Formats: sequence, structure tokens, C-alpha cells
Amino acid sequence: METDIKEIIKRYGEDKSFLVPILQDVQKRFNYLPKEAIQSVSKLLEVPLSQIYHVATFYKAFSLLPRGKHQFQLCLGTACHVRNAPLIGEHIERTLGIKAGETTSDLEFTFETVNCLGACALGPILVLDEEYHGQMTISKANKILKKLGKKVESDDE
Amino acid sequence: MMNKIKSPDELLKLQEKIRASRDPNKPCVTICAGTGCLAYGTQKLIDNFKAEIEKRNLTGTVDVRTSGCHGFCERGPLVVVNPKGIFYQRVKIDDASEIIEKTVLNGELLDRLLYNDAQTGAKVTYEHEVPFYKKQMRIVFGMNGQIDPKSLEDYLAIGGYSALAKVLRGMQPEAVIQEVIKANLRGRGGGGFPTGWKWDATRKANDNPKYVICNADEGDPGAYMDRSLLEGNPQAVLEGMIIGAYAIGSSEGYIYVRNEYPLAVTNITIAIEKVRELGIIGKNILGTGFNFDIKINRGGGAFVCGESSALFASIEGRAGEPRAKYVHATDRGLYDKPTNLNNVETWANVPLIMNKGADWYQSIGTKNSKGTKIFSLVGKINNTGLVEVPMGITLREIVFEIGGGIPKGKKFKAVQTGGPSGGCIPEQFLDIPVDFDELSKIGSMMGSGGMIVMDDRNCMVDVAKYFLKFLEEESCGKCTPCREGVLQMRLILDRITEGTGKEEDLDTLEWMGQAIIDGSLCALGGTAPNPVLSTIRFFREEYESHIKDKKCPAGVCKALITYSIDAEACTGCGVCARICPTKAATGEKKQVHTIDQEKCIKCGACFESCKFDAVKVA
Repeated sequence: METDIKEIIKRYGEDKSFLVPILQDVQKRFNYLPKEAIQSVSKLLEVPLSQIYHVATFYKAFSLLPRGKHQFQLCLGTACHVRNAPLIGEHIERTLGIKAGETTSDLEFTFETVNCLGACALGPILVLDEEYHGQMTISKANKILKKLGKKVESDDE
Repeated sequence: MMNKIKSPDELLKLQEKIRASRDPNKPCVTICAGTGCLAYGTQKLIDNFKAEIEKRNLTGTVDVRTSGCHGFCERGPLVVVNPKGIFYQRVKIDDASEIIEKTVLNGELLDRLLYNDAQTGAKVTYEHEVPFYKKQMRIVFGMNGQIDPKSLEDYLAIGGYSALAKVLRGMQPEAVIQEVIKANLRGRGGGGFPTGWKWDATRKANDNPKYVICNADEGDPGAYMDRSLLEGNPQAVLEGMIIGAYAIGSSEGYIYVRNEYPLAVTNITIAIEKVRELGIIGKNILGTGFNFDIKINRGGGAFVCGESSALFASIEGRAGEPRAKYVHATDRGLYDKPTNLNNVETWANVPLIMNKGADWYQSIGTKNSKGTKIFSLVGKINNTGLVEVPMGITLREIVFEIGGGIPKGKKFKAVQTGGPSGGCIPEQFLDIPVDFDELSKIGSMMGSGGMIVMDDRNCMVDVAKYFLKFLEEESCGKCTPCREGVLQMRLILDRITEGTGKEEDLDTLEWMGQAIIDGSLCALGGTAPNPVLSTIRFFREEYESHIKDKKCPAGVCKALITYSIDAEACTGCGVCARICPTKAATGEKKQVHTIDQEKCIKCGACFESCKFDAVKVA
């Protein structure tokens, strides 16, 4: 792990002011920010642990917990909100049995809401593993969940 | 690798050379590859076009260009066939072959891909004739359609960097600033501060180094014009920044861009590499002895980082918390040094002003708001997309002529501008001219350019609550009025939408809102109550029906609504029963269905899926 982190820090010329992008790259590499990774960034970059935790908990992009194999992101930008995205969010929460921002205990799914993906014409938008699904409805969401092997509540056809 | 350009004249010669080498009559298929169109699966369409060209041995005879966003996202994927400029919309992935065969090679139009003008019923052949584009004035955004954002040559071919050459050929920095002051360019990020004066203050600040920053932390939910500019025409933004740095006397710049915009990050990174190769950025720019370079900093997903002092903290590697601004950023900003921060769209306007002059720029717009503004027209609107309009156009023109009105014949209710800092504007103000001052007068603001249209199925209390919730989460927590005040206001709105509101709540919201405005440290808190205050001002009755009658007239607030099935309209198709997660909707096949109110969780699934509009909400 430390060699990976060394390499990432080197990309930014070991410059402390690039802490945020460095952590972004670390998260990209490990899928979240493991405790050991944070400790080694602190050591190698000579930034106090407290400051790294301040940054890592301040910015929404960072996760201190492992994330699921499949990641759902539901856009809750204003345009999606006025087109009923919240109802879809509640439906996904019910189906996966987790709240937004959480990961299922089997580490299969993470569900997050995001503020705006800037593809408002297709709203509401659900992103599954970086693939956009536009004009989302509860029934469309059900189809996607079923495909992933998730039993949906209304699945009694 | 190309050689570095040694003078502004040499740059103009290169431009000329590129232009001369291009045949304006050569067929070119331009495919919109903005984020909206890509989300429709456009990448496969692009691949198909490329494969088709290769298969038919047309490489070199027919060009394929992937451009940035054309703005008409509603109708994506968009394809323009040049030289004639034939405009195809809602193109399917498999249409590539036919477009090449019929339109490119034989000049035939494909009727099914042409835009159908709903008002006249006529098919429209060219982009500029489509009603959505007709009323626009796309002086900044229009270039997107003509260039591949990854190609510096494309930008040079349409006259890119002429403005920089002009400036470096003999304009003194002070003269550049005077020109921007005269043009009366105002900040497009929301504040509307005069750009020239900001540059002037930074230039005159008595410290070094000086920083120039591009704010691309477009956090306003429902707004994506900065993203589309940065993705579609990154060179124009760079050119503006280089000119600004020259005028201000800066040698270091930053672009602070949201990490959620990966394509923008990629395209601006490529753009910087390309100009560095040619010596348009870096040391001794165009042989004039002027040095300037730009670093890219990706944000971490915090709305507050769009605020200048929070943005500086974030670039410095700290949590993005704003500070009180007794001293302006132009004196002490990033690393406590004089800093000039402008928004993406502002920077993109600079080359235009230099090329065409302040007098020309001044001729567009209203008394105190000059030039154009790009809005993202979204929500309950037929033509969702990005629109660039001259300042002073009316909201009615934007919503009904450019936007094509409200879908499904529903009634217009309000348009929200200014994002979480703005307000909701009701129908009675649709004829006011859109500019910085007029929008402020009616309790909203220009903001960065989000324009969210709402119909009678949108509840204003719910919308106000949405923004407060957003701001509550995005508040950095440093100052009490924002951290606690916004939370308390949201709790009151929760109560109102749950049917336990009290009559005095509206007064409480109003005075509390004012206190938050007065007491907050930065503009996030200072404008946070606006969505609530403006909806109370214009939609008081709607609040009152929630409080007094325990009703949500728009049928949104769960605690105040019930779903039922209209026996006349129900065909007994059973869709509602199948989708209902709690088995509240039931009925025999071909018989009228019913909803058990005890079991109903008001998820709206039946309402959404009923094809016969039999599910009613009241």
C-alpha cells in the first residue's frame, strides 16, 4: 500500500497543497480511504493526521468506509427533484434496505445521492457504475435492480 | 511536437495557414459529445460513424468531428452535417450508415431526423432555424459546435487566440483593464461584480505574487453551463485567463474544477498541454517575455467551495471554510496574496471583448448588464438545454419561445433562478427583462444561470424545503446563523409539510431568515433564506393551505395527500397492483382497483405507472 501511495504523492510533486487531489487518487485506487492509507499519506506528506481527517470528513467525495461492488448514484439536482427523483430514491432505499450514503452489509451495493450531474434533460438520472440511466421511473429502477439479482418488493409477476 | 511560436505575428500567420489548409466545402459530420448527449449513448454513434467512414474508404474525404455541447440537450443525440449545416436530432446509434450514404454522399435529407416545429408542423432543416436557437445570441457558447475541444487547430481556425495576439502586440496592461471596465463585463458566477474593477484592484495591490483563478466549481444544482463551456471550448477560457493574467501582472493561475466533471478535467488538461507546446502558455509567452502558467485543482464535492475564500482554503489543501472578508481577495486571497477570481463564463467573454471592442460589447444588453448570459433551462420545460441570450430578454421569451413552454399542456407555475441563493418567480413577473438588477428587485438573483421551470404539480413549500435541506448539508458549519439557523428553518418547513404547521410559523420564518441574512459569514448563509422568503412572498396561499387546511394543493407533500383510483378511468389492467410495494393497490383483473389507505406508503409508484391517469392524488 505504501508504494502505491508514494507513487500518488510523487505525481503531485510532494506538494501539501494538493492534499485534496492526492486523497482523491488514493480513494480511486482503494475504493475508499483506508485508515492505513491515511496514516501513510500523513507520514509521507508530513501533514498532521488531524488535518487529513478534517479534510477527509469535510468533503463529500471521500468515504472512510469500504464501498459496494456496484455503486448507485441518484441525481437530486433541482431539475431531477422537480421531476420526482426523491420518490425513486426512497424506493431504492427500501429495496436495498439501506439509507442514501450507505453500503449493504454484503458489500454488494452502495447507494448515494448527488447534487447535480449536469445532464438535466434526462432527469431524473440514476447512475449505475458510471453508466447513465435517464428519465428514471420506479418501474425502470426495478428492472435495473432485478438485473443485478436484487429481489424487488413488487416482484410477483 | 510543434515548435514554439516566437511572436504574436507568428501566431496570426499560423492561424492563417491553418485556415488556408482547410476546405470549407469539405463534408464534415459534427456529433455533439457533450455530457448530455454522451448520456444518451452517443459514444457508440461516434464509433459507428468512424467505422462507416473507414469501411467506405472515405477517410480524408469526409471528416468526423466530435464537438462539445450544442445546448439542445432535450433532442440529443445531435448531429450536424456540414458544409450545409443540416441539423439532425434524436439520432439513433444505427443511423450513421444512412446519414453517410444519403445525406453526406447524395445530399438527401432524412425526414425522420429533422426537427419538427410543433407550432407550424413544418420540418426544419438547419440549426439556426430551429425555434430553440432562433431567439438566442450564441456569441460565447456558439463556438462549441464548430470545434473539437481537444483540437487547438480547430480553435485557431475559427480565430482563436487573435485576442491574445492583439493584446500582446501592443496593448498596455492598463489599457486592457480599461477596455474590460468600459465593456462593463460583470461576473457571471452569480455576484455580478464588475470584472474590470476587480482586475484593477488586483493589479494595484501592493504584494507579489499575484494569482489568477478560474472558478469552475459549479455547484448550483440544475446548472451546467460552466461545465459545457469548459468541456466544449476550454481554449476560450484559457485565452481569457492569459489575457487577464497579463493585465493583472500575474504569472500563476489555477483552475478549480469539480471532480464530478471528469470530461471537463480531461479537456482542460489537454488544452493546457497543447498551448504549452506552442508557447502560448508558460515562460516567455509568444516571445514577449510574459510568463504565466496554470495548474488544475479538482474540488472535493463541497458546494461552499464555490465561495472565494473557501475555494482558496481548498486549493491550499485545507477544508473549505470561508473567512470573514474584512480584507478583499484582491488584496489578500490565495496564500494571503492578491488574487483575482472569475467564473468560467466570465473568462470566456474576455477574448470576445478584446477582439470586437468594448463599444460592440456595450451595445448588447441593458443599462447595467451588458453582453449575453448562458442559462440552463431545465425542469418542467419542453426544450431542456443551455441557452445563451442577450441580457434584457424577458423570462416569457425564454420559457415559452425558446423553451417551448410546459410539457403535457400543464400550467406554468414558477421559474426558479439563482439556485439555492435565488428565488421563485411567479407568472406575473414573466415580462420583466432578465438582468442582474431586475431579478434582484423581485427577490431572486441572476446567480450562475440555473433556470428551473415548475408547473402546477410542483409544491413551492417542498421546493423551498429542498433548497434548505441542500444548504443545511452544504453549510460548512463555521458560523452559527447559517449552521443552526438554516436547520431551524428547515425543521419548521418539515412541520408545515407534515401538517403540523402553526399560523405563526410564517412570521418566524421571515424574521429568522432576515437574521440569517444579516449574521452569516459568507454568501452561502447570507442568501440561504432566499428560496423560503421568495416563496412566502409570492405563494403565501400555498403555505397557508398547508398550515390551515392541511392540504398540499400540488399533491406533493406526503402527509397531506391521499392516492385513490378513479373508477371511471380504471381499466383493471393491474399495473398498479403489480408495482405497489405494500400491496395496498389491489383488484381483480379487468375490474376497478382500489387503494387501501392503511397500507399505502404514498410512494407514488401507482400514480407514475398508470397509463390511464386513473390514479388521483388529492
